[in-house]
Amino acid sequence: MKVLKLIFKNSLRHKLRTSLTILGIAIAVIAFGLLRTVVTIWDSSVDAAGADRLITRQSVSFIFPLPLAYKTKIEAVPGVKAVCSAAWFGGTYIDKSNFFARQAADDNVFDVYPELLLTPKDFDTYKKTRNGCIVGASIAEQFKFKMGDIIVLDGDIFPGRWEFVVCGIYQPKNKNTDGTQMFFHYDYLNEKIKQTSPGRGDQAFWYIVQINDPNKSAQISEQIDAIFKNSTAETKTETERAFTQGFVAASGAIISAMNFMSYAIIGIIMLVLANTMIMSARERTREYAVFKTLGFSALHLTGLILGESMVISCVGGGIGLALLYPIVAGFEQVMPKGFFPFFFIEPITAILAVSSAVLIGFLAAVFPIQRALSTKIVDGFRFVG
Amino acid sequence: MAAIIQVKNVAKSYWRNSLEIPVLHGITLDVEEGEFMALMGPSGSGKTTLLNLIAGIDRPSSGKLSVAGTDIAKLNESALAKWRSANVGFIFQFYNLIPVLTAYENVELPLLLAKLSRAERKKHVENVLNIVGLGDRIYHYPKQLSGGQEQRVAIARAIVTDPAILVADEPTGDLDKNSAQEILTLMGRLNKEFKKTIVMVTHDQHAAERATRLLHLDKGDLSANGKN
Ligand SMILES: Nc1ncnc2c1ncn2[C@@H]1O[C@H](COP(=O)(O)OP(=O)(O)OP(=O)(O)O)[C@@H](O)[C@H]1O
Ligand SMILES: [Mg+2]
Repeated sequence: MKVLKLIFKNSLRHKLRTSLTILGIAIAVIAFGLLRTVVTIWDSSVDAAGADRLITRQSVSFIFPLPLAYKTKIEAVPGVKAVCSAAWFGGTYIDKSNFFARQAADDNVFDVYPELLLTPKDFDTYKKTRNGCIVGASIAEQFKFKMGDIIVLDGDIFPGRWEFVVCGIYQPKNKNTDGTQMFFHYDYLNEKIKQTSPGRGDQAFWYIVQINDPNKSAQISEQIDAIFKNSTAETKTETERAFTQGFVAASGAIISAMNFMSYAIIGIIMLVLANTMIMSARERTREYAVFKTLGFSALHLTGLILGESMVISCVGGGIGLALLYPIVAGFEQVMPKGFFPFFFIEPITAILAVSSAVLIGFLAAVFPIQRALSTKIVDGFRFVG
Repeated sequence: MAAIIQVKNVAKSYWRNSLEIPVLHGITLDVEEGEFMALMGPSGSGKTTLLNLIAGIDRPSSGKLSVAGTDIAKLNESALAKWRSANVGFIFQFYNLIPVLTAYENVELPLLLAKLSRAERKKHVENVLNIVGLGDRIYHYPKQLSGGQEQRVAIARAIVTDPAILVADEPTGDLDKNSAQEILTLMGRLNKEFKKTIVMVTHDQHAAERATRLLHLDKGDLSANGKN
């Protein structure tokens, strides 16, 4: 209709000013989307942690090993369903930038982590292959790993040249399940280490403890730690969730900052648009007086100003959102695999971005509307911008 | 028949920082239907103020105002707005056209408030643009027109709803002599041919001579100078 045409014509009056404002909103929406994507990834990796799993590690830090003998003692604690020994391998695959998690674990790791889906046939092959390994579907795709391939790792924590045969590829069950890990037999690692540096044999870096009742996690954790109290290697047992959170403890603070920033950006851009709208409305004081003189109502003026604000914020928001997807995809490409186990825009992020744009458009119009409506016609005509 | 504009004992003060500035003191004035009245007076004497009261874009502090049969001092904002759109056409010194709209769209603006079809609006708009002699400029934007042409668009906008009363505040104040003559001729035509009652504020003696009646306002008080 006519009013719509006028709204568009008005918003194009200062092309540069409007373009810059739209650009600003687009950038803000992209920044908001990126920050929120990182925040939601972090949140969902914590969420992905199983409630029925505890992690037992050395009380000071998980870089110090625990005796392998602990395994049977932990298994004996009432309420414990299964215990899986694990060791962080580290190492380098061809190049340092090829980062993905590599760990040695007992074969029951796929029972303890039911979200890592492996066919019984592959599991069978894996069990029969001394230096076999299982890789996640994401890294299999990235590095083109196929069944029977040899993966050569250059060890650092466990020095030497290590060769592993790909015996299976696990599929992540959920969208937030990490598909970038590599597992191999703990026994194989232990055997080889005993040959090269006997003092480091029979040690695990942590135990994954599966329990029957998630509600008893605190109680069982205490019981486990009590067993090893006053030993040379005291333990700290906590839920996997707490462990994951602690693992990214430093990130935790950064994440909070990002969380805050994502909303601060929205606030800032709202002020920018409000400023644009106030300038426009001020310049048009006389025109608003003309509209009122001709008999146009408060509703008409509200529509004009709100409409213009909405057009600018929604165009900016739309452009930002349209660019957000390729940008996030681009980020996923350049970021080393495994750095973030998964990277995608949650629908809630897109919804939040769009509603922020709408809210910005609405709030930015409030003051100019209030001013336009409260200015008397005669004062509007006497106004000199 | 009663006068179309009846101003009885109208006073108007403005308030600046809780200080009362009296502008008009007890003005009484009748304008008959079909009159072309010129209002002169020194700057700051209250001419614009009086015009605004008659046109219903400002309210008197006291007194009675009956215009086109309505006691407009008693109307609320929205009723007054409706009344204005039906009864008064406005012509300003600085034209006050909307710069992003074409001549056609500017003239069409008041009609958007009436329930008219697009075709009916078109008929009215083209008709008045022809009356003011701008039939060939309808898709020009204000900045593509001369001052005189802009004022003619403004006049077309003022008459497109066919109001009985036209108010003009120094309509030639910003124009060169020739353009001013054209505008005054046009206004004379609107008065005679189209029977518009016109109240015009002016500083220009030549402009005032076109009117059928001349009034002087000085420091908020009226003095008549009889008919031309
Ligand atoms: N909206 C307003 N608020 C405060 N004071 C006003 C307002 N409008 C007019 N005045 C004051 O009222 C007095 C008369 O103003 P008005 O504009 O009616 O004069 P005028 O006769 O039209 O003058 P000019 O010939 O310069 O246009 C002036 O002193 C002016 O400052
Ligand atoms: Mg004046």
